[in-house]
Amino acid sequence: MLELRWHGRGGQGAKTAALLLADAAFETGLYVQGFPEYGPERMGAPITAYNRLSQTPIRVHSNIYEPDIVIVVDETLLKTVDVTAGLKPNGKLLVNSGREPSEILAAFPDFGGAIYVINAADISIRTIGKNLPNTPLLSAVVKLTGVMEADTFFTNMEKAFTEKFSAKPEVIAGNLLAIREAWTSSIQINE
Amino acid sequence: MTIKDRMSGNQAIATAIRQINPDVIAAFPITPSTEIPQFVSSMKAEGLVDTEFIAVESEHSAMSACIGASAAGVRAMTATSSAGMALMYELLYVAASDRLPIVLAAVNRALTGPININADHSDSMGARDSGWIQIYSENAQEAYDNMLMAHRIAEDPAVSLPVMICQDGFITSHAIENILIEEDAPVRAFIGEYVPVHHLLQPDKSVGVGPYSISAFYMEMKRAQFEAMRNARAVIRKVSDDFGAKFGRQYGMFEEYRMEDAELAVLLMSSSAGTGKDAVDALREQGVKAGLVKLRVFRPFPAEDLAFALKDLKALAIMDKSDGFSGNGGPLGAEVRAAIYGVHDGIKTINYVYGLGGRDIRVDDFFTIFGVLEELLDGRTTDRVRHIGVREK
Repeated sequence: MLELRWHGRGGQGAKTAALLLADAAFETGLYVQGFPEYGPERMGAPITAYNRLSQTPIRVHSNIYEPDIVIVVDETLLKTVDVTAGLKPNGKLLVNSGREPSEILAAFPDFGGAIYVINAADISIRTIGKNLPNTPLLSAVVKLTGVMEADTFFTNMEKAFTEKFSAKPEVIAGNLLAIREAWTSSIQINE
Repeated sequence: MTIKDRMSGNQAIATAIRQINPDVIAAFPITPSTEIPQFVSSMKAEGLVDTEFIAVESEHSAMSACIGASAAGVRAMTATSSAGMALMYELLYVAASDRLPIVLAAVNRALTGPININADHSDSMGARDSGWIQIYSENAQEAYDNMLMAHRIAEDPAVSLPVMICQDGFITSHAIENILIEEDAPVRAFIGEYVPVHHLLQPDKSVGVGPYSISAFYMEMKRAQFEAMRNARAVIRKVSDDFGAKFGRQYGMFEEYRMEDAELAVLLMSSSAGTGKDAVDALREQGVKAGLVKLRVFRPFPAEDLAFALKDLKALAIMDKSDGFSGNGGPLGAEVRAAIYGVHDGIKTINYVYGLGGRDIRVDDFFTIFGVLEELLDGRTTDRVRHIGVREK
């Protein structure tokens, strides 16, 4: 079973991203969970969301304390939230940031796992036209989990976007471009 | 054909409601059940149901509208949580004593205070003496399945009582999980048409619903409610068996997990039972004879069957997701102990209060509890009530 934890701020869509990941993984035949940890529902407050992806039915209904993958949607959280708490030593950390890799690495002197960075804000502004980091982040996360091949994911997302944006089809192409670009844009910044 | 899908517990309930297509839904929004009437009103707008959707000004009015609709002989439903259920309390009693087969989707949430939006069972446990049948669900699948069974149980002439289908707020109501959804036609065939025995709109068969009852009649009506609740046991078993035969998922009054030769066990309801099963599996691998009982039906309380299922245990932890503030443990602890008292007095028991206001309970917490059961056996502790997951310092 693969366990993921998302750190974001209320209103940024970390919860939506976790639910989208559950949808995407479900399409591959996996058992999935996608759920938020609800605290005070305020715009900008730190929030956590979770995913479990498994070959066998999932029964556990607790939060995730020892994730395989942590995703930081908002890098300003690095100052206040211990995002690597419990992250497995061989786990993966994905940070949404436009900063230099050296600056990101400096924030995690003690984490021995792989650290990835993606500038999801930049990708979404160029492809979708707005700072909506979820779509590119989702793509980078799906790649990290290894639950499906690029082509399968792209095909699934095209179907999902066509349904989701049936009322505003003009945004579909940009979202698909964001997905494709993000797949190759997340890079590991440590050894 | 069964459809493999994924959805949240609230979406699962809304899907069941679409298939049931009740005549009336009256509801007032309250977290975490708000999505249910929200989904239903969308379905109504899209023409997927022809339900009369009544947007009322409070939960008191929601249950009042359901009572009126049900008394007029149609299927009436609502959804609520926490303080919303509290505002219905008087009407919950009216619905049950008027013998109206209303169905309520309860999304369990702590009943204040301090104000808290997260799961525990203090809302529905506060309504445990109201005369409603209460069925608890571990996950979205069970919430869906239980909802499909609710009307047949409620409307059975031997029962004619309201039913609440409970699930844990956020933990399952807002979590996406895999689920099997049945097709509309077999679901509708299973539920059937509602043909009320009595209702207000039959001029040639006049009945009174909710009149004043003097002492000369009141106690007979209460005794009739008792009989109906007793009858509900067999009806729930029958409906659950029919459901299992038709759709392949088996349900009883409770689920016994690895209880065949269990010496130590936990007993609890709803979402944390899944976490407990993972703990039981891990303990079994270490050679501990661990088991779990998940109570599905709390009202009517299956005392005799439960006592029989527990008879070979050496120690049992009864886990309450509400305190009850008796100073002697939670309501489930009291009921289960009463069920085994004088029947299987050799079983050592401890009552754990857990998960209040959304406090997480982990597989590790179950290991702690099973460890305490060992202590209970060898006399290292004689505690009757403990809390788990509390910061003590």
